[in-house]
Formats: sequence, structure tokens, C-alpha cells
Amino acid sequence: MDKSLNNENITRSSLKLERVIVSDKTSSIVKGAKRIRRSQQQIRTESIFKNTLVIISIFIIVVVFAILLTLFWQSIPAIKLTGISYLWGKVWDPVKDVFGVYPFILGTLLTSFLALIISIPFSFSVAIFLGEYFPKGTLSDLLKNTVELIAAVPSVIYGFWGLAVLVPIVRGFEAQIGVQTIGLGIFTSSVILAIMIIPYAASLGRSMIQMVPSNLKEAAYALGATRWEVIRSIIFPYTKSGLFAGVMLSLGRALGETMAVTMVIGNTSLIPKNIFSPGNTMASVIANEFTEADHPVYLSALIELGLVLFVVTVVINMIGKRFIKGFSNT
Amino acid sequence: MSTLIKYRIGKSFAFKGLIILLSVACVVPLLFILVYIIQAGITKINWHFLTNLPKPVGEAGGGVLNALLGSVIIITVASLIAIPFGIFCGIYLSENKNTKLAYWCRLCVDVLQGVPSIVIGLIAYLWFVKPVGSFSALSGSIALAIMMLPIIIRSTEETLLLLPNSLREAAFALGMPFHRVILKVIVPCGISGILSGVMLSVARITGETAPLLFTAFGNNFLEFNITKPMQSLPLLIFNYATSPYNEWHDLAWGASCILLIWVLLLNIFTKLITRKWKVQL
Repeated sequence: MDKSLNNENITRSSLKLERVIVSDKTSSIVKGAKRIRRSQQQIRTESIFKNTLVIISIFIIVVVFAILLTLFWQSIPAIKLTGISYLWGKVWDPVKDVFGVYPFILGTLLTSFLALIISIPFSFSVAIFLGEYFPKGTLSDLLKNTVELIAAVPSVIYGFWGLAVLVPIVRGFEAQIGVQTIGLGIFTSSVILAIMIIPYAASLGRSMIQMVPSNLKEAAYALGATRWEVIRSIIFPYTKSGLFAGVMLSLGRALGETMAVTMVIGNTSLIPKNIFSPGNTMASVIANEFTEADHPVYLSALIELGLVLFVVTVVINMIGKRFIKGFSNT
Repeated sequence: MSTLIKYRIGKSFAFKGLIILLSVACVVPLLFILVYIIQAGITKINWHFLTNLPKPVGEAGGGVLNALLGSVIIITVASLIAIPFGIFCGIYLSENKNTKLAYWCRLCVDVLQGVPSIVIGLIAYLWFVKPVGSFSALSGSIALAIMMLPIIIRSTEETLLLLPNSLREAAFALGMPFHRVILKVIVPCGISGILSGVMLSVARITGETAPLLFTAFGNNFLEFNITKPMQSLPLLIFNYATSPYNEWHDLAWGASCILLIWVLLLNIFTKLITRKWKVQL
């Protein structure tokens, strides 16, 4: 609009001299007005921008609360039907509307803790290897990058690899120790889960160990401590809470992991007899049965399972995060 | 005395040996897994595999074109949704460190990061599939976008907090309005961190299957309409890997190999970006 006004001024100014003076004055007024308008506009854009930032941040909060509320709202029919006994009911029979998730909770806990037990020696040694023995150099760069790349492999691919390679191996192992030879089961899923959480826990642990102040370690060396004594009495006590946080975060990851577990756990609603028998975790039940849920209460029971899973993983993750925060503040 | 010292030194060496042994014993098999998957898949990949639709059971050949395109479409839409939200929220958090809103927002981002992917799939189903009445690629994209958000927000916030305050003050002293300071000075300075966060989040959702199970659902045709069910690579791998047919297993190995290379390349690329444009302090 301003441009056209200027153009008009120019064509007029070529016609008459008086007009030129007048138009000069008007154009300067136009310029001043333009400047005021521009600064007003900038102030407006600024407040729009600031408000957008606030609205988007509120939106994120709303999303999280909406997730929680939706899960709760949709699981009300199941809560009404079974009440609190949902959590320790031993039978899951959707046809008869009997919903007890004890087998799945047991399966989840068994796979996750077994995975933790398998993974901890390995992840801690990789963490110490990278954090203390070889913090720099090509070898450690190579190992570090390899570990990070392994962490990036999608879980469905681990599941497929487990089906094709690990299940026959476990079957052979089971035949040797004389239990039923299915191959699929809690033990197989734990091994896959362990493989998936090792890189995660290792890279967390490495960054913790590297944060130990070197003057502490040097003081210990000056007193004549050996490497092992420094690790045991300086590094471990100093990084205790950080390492614990790493374990909690990898536990949270193992609890919520779905695809790889679904593919190798065997999928049965019976209570697992030992660690080699097939079972189900909370996540794998949802993945398997959700699209087959044919009546509303069944669907609602599965959503309630999602709610339980949500609450448990969030609590474990928050505990882990708290410990990390406390660690980096000291 | 000297035997005690010898014992202590021996113990220290033994521990070092144990650590090296365990590290090698853990990383080498993991590397073999990668090599195994690539070896099993790479032989299945050829031009025919990339440009054809899957064949019915019993027919040899067939490809994964629909899954490949579906994955690209779903991830693109998810990124388009998540990137603006994530970056703006990250900017808010880095600019307003101590407000109440920022505290709650950070807490919610932490919560969101811990939510299992299957639960996000459930939510997308309840919000977008159930009311509409049909599975759609868009609902899958939204589920993936929710998963991307925490990573983008965190990396944006952390990168912007690293920038020196003098930069911001200099820009304000020149009389620049707030939005221009952010968009023309702060964000361009931290672009490498933001970009690597975005790439990392894309790499993470590329392999996600669980949120797509009840949302994008998958089909066997070429589909470009995002309001219809759409196939994607992880879904195809899951469906075909758990099927009893050998032809489908072959397809799944090829698809796994493509997906693996895709994810690894994204990760390596992210590393290169962060190395090239390190945030200057």
C-alpha cells in the first residue's frame, strides 16, 4: 500500500512544482507513520511470538495429562467390573470376562529383572572400560561408537534376530538341561532385553564415571592405591547414585519394551512355571490382543493394563531422573 | 610386605583383565548380530525388491515398495508435526528457566520420555482411530510425533542454554525485538544441536513398531492417502517375521537390512553434524 502511494506521489510530482513540495511533506509524514506502524507491528509480532511459546508449552502439559486421563477414563468399565483384584487375579479369560493380570505382571517383572541381572556385569564393565581404563584414543572411540550404534538398532529387528537365531540356541540349551524345549519364553526374552539395554546403561555409566574429579583419584594414587582400589573406593562410592540411576532407567526401558519381547516370549496367559516357560508381559499382551478385543470390557481391561504400565514405567523413570539430577548437582 | 603389594597389584591387574574380557565378550557378539542381519538381508535386496509390491504366499519374488514409501510418508508427516512444537517448546524452556510453567513443562517432558511406545499407540488409537472409525497413517504419524517431542525439546533446550548470554544481550542492545533475537541470532547459533536432536528423534522413531500396530495398521497395496491404513517397514518386518512362510521371511530379512542401514546412516550423519558444527563457546 505504501509503495503505491509513493508511486502516485512521483507521477504527480512530475506534473506540478507546488505539488512536489506538498507531496514531499506528505511523504515524510508517510515515512514517519510507516516507522511508527512498523514498530507497532513489531511489538505485536513480539507478543504473538511470546504467546505462541507459552501456548505450545501449555499444550505439551495438556497432552501428558490428557494421556493419563484418557487411559483412566477408558479403563473405568474394567475397573468397575473387577475392582482392585484386577492386579492379583490369576486368570485372564476374556471370553468369560475374567480379567486378572497377575501372570503378566509376573512375566514383566521376571523378564525385566532377569535382563538386568544378565546385563549389569557387561554394561558396568563397558562403562569402566570406556570411563576409566581407556577414556581416549582410537580403541575407545571405536568401542564407544559401536556401542552407540548398537543402541540404535530397532527392537523389531532384535526380535526377528531372536526368532531366527536365539530361539534355536535356547532350544538346544533347554534340551541339554532337560526342561520342555520350546525355545520361546521368559529366558529368551530376557536375553534379548539384556542385549537391548546394555548399550544404554553402558553409555550412561561411562558419562558418570568420567565426571569423577581427577584430584580425588590422584590423591588416592598418591597414597599408594592400586587401580582396582581407586575404582573400588573412589569411583564406585562417588558414582553410586549415578550408576543406580542408570540401572533404574534401563529397568524402565525393559519394562516398556514391546516388540522384541512380543516376538519371542511365546504368548500364553498361564502363570509361568520357571524361567524357561513361555509367558506374556504387560506390553506384549496389549500388542497381541488389542486388535482382537471384540467387546468393550475386554478393550477396557487392556487399556487398564496400559494404565498400569504407564504408571509403573513413569514412576521408575522419575526415580532414575531424580538420582541423575542429584548426582550432577553434587 | 612385598607379597602383600604383589597381591594388591596382581588383584588390580586381574580386575583390569576381567573388565577387558567382559567388554570384549559383550561387544563382539553384538557386532556379530549386526553383521548377521546385514548378511542375511543384503542378498535379498535388488532393484526388483525395491520397486515391487509384496506377492501373495507361494509366489516367489515380490518387494517392499509400499512399506518403504509408507515409512517415508509416515515419518515425514510425524516430523512436520513434531519439529515446530518441539523447537518452540525448547525455546520457551531455555528462555524462561525458572517460571512455574517451565517447571511443569519440564516435568511433563520427562514423563513423556518414559512412556512406553505401546501406550502411545493405545492413546493414538483412542484419540484418532476410534472416533473416526478407521485406521489411518495420520494417527500413526501423530503417535510417532508424540514420541519425537521429548528428544527435540530436550536437545533444543540444552543447546540454547549452552549459548553465552552476551550474544543475547548484544542483540537486544541493537534494539532487535525478542522474536528476531531468537529466530535470527539464538536459533542459528544453536542450529547444530537442534538439528542433531531432530535427526536423533527421526532415527529413533524410524524403527518404532508398537505405536503403529493399532494406528497405521498396514496393508498390501500402494497407498498415498494419509487418512487410510498404510504399510511401513517395521510393521512389515513384524508381520512377516512372525508368519510361518519362508518367502515372507526372506522379504522380512531384506526389509530389516534396509531399515538397519537407514537407522545407522541417520545416526552416523547426526554424529558428523555435531562434530562439524560444534557449538562454539
